[in-house]
Amino acid sequence: MTSTASVELRVAVVTFPGSNCDHDCYRAAKDVLGAEAGLVGAGEAHRAAVRSHGKVEAYFVWHRERDLRSPDVVILPGGFSYGDYLRAGAIARFSPIMEAVRRFADEGGLVLGTCNGFQVLCEAGLLPGALVRNRSLRFISRWVRLRVENAATPFTSAYRQGQVLRMPIAHGEGNYVADEATLDRLEADGRIVFRYCDADGNVTDAANPNGSMHGIAGIVNEAGNVLGLMPHPERAVEALLGSTDGAGVFESMRAHVLAGLSAAANAGRATRATEPAGRP
Amino acid sequence: MNRYVVEVRITPREGLLDPEGKAVHNALRSLEFEEVQDVRVGRLVRVELTAPTPEEARARADAMCRQLLANPVTEDYEIDIDSIS
Repeated sequence: MTSTASVELRVAVVTFPGSNCDHDCYRAAKDVLGAEAGLVGAGEAHRAAVRSHGKVEAYFVWHRERDLRSPDVVILPGGFSYGDYLRAGAIARFSPIMEAVRRFADEGGLVLGTCNGFQVLCEAGLLPGALVRNRSLRFISRWVRLRVENAATPFTSAYRQGQVLRMPIAHGEGNYVADEATLDRLEADGRIVFRYCDADGNVTDAANPNGSMHGIAGIVNEAGNVLGLMPHPERAVEALLGSTDGAGVFESMRAHVLAGLSAAANAGRATRATEPAGRP
Repeated sequence: MNRYVVEVRITPREGLLDPEGKAVHNALRSLEFEEVQDVRVGRLVRVELTAPTPEEARARADAMCRQLLANPVTEDYEIDIDSIS
């Protein structure tokens, strides 16, 4: 692990026309995850990770671009891409950059889609199912609680199985639907990562803000490297924001990437696992 | 090449919760249209296009639906075609 001192975590935040959480994601990655003292209440493990692994480089990628510029993590932020015309996420998925996002995901790179980003991932077919109008027909902006259903993913290793988190939601179309066969597969394979719950961690209909099937708040793809969730972890990373519970998603991703990098270094390879072979 | 106008009617898939239809249903009931049994709310997309035949126009419209206009997970669609003289 001595060779990782100069390593920086590269986080690409994709901006679509109408994205409005891209700066929150940037700040969560660069200024909070990347700052030793950034997380109020951060544990020694976090500070040690920052000390030994150096900084986090976060940057924006405009949707017209075709190159993600060798990231370790790609974030599709929330917002109203293309005004949510037709269906939320339906047009963003044809943005030029999505070809590179798909390739990055196929190669095993970590892709996080929050809110509108989750909708884009579903429309793009990188995640199964769809997000339709909330059952209340209302746009809902409030704090919810989530239960960690699978703490063994690259996005949730910083949490305990069954841990109850507090994060905000802000969406009109967050009602997750999928056919029975898909739901069965998601359940059987542990791909439902977060479910809406009450303060005691019970998944009830009353605790379900939008009518999502099986109380689903977030899922991963089959390979486990693409996460979509409707809540906003990037809006819950500093005490000032009301919660630091979302920071674990970012810390988990960093731990996963650094583990991959050190494994690659130990295997005698100098390049990032996610970079195409032969790239300098 | 002939010109056609294609109307695509997109509706929430049968059996899937249609909260918008339900809200309209309730509103109609409250206006005392008590005979209303069911309401589904969808979307109408009108596309003008050129094609050699109506069959080809339909095939192209079908491809548009599958790739963009409808989400196969949640929506059904019907296609109507008229030629423009």
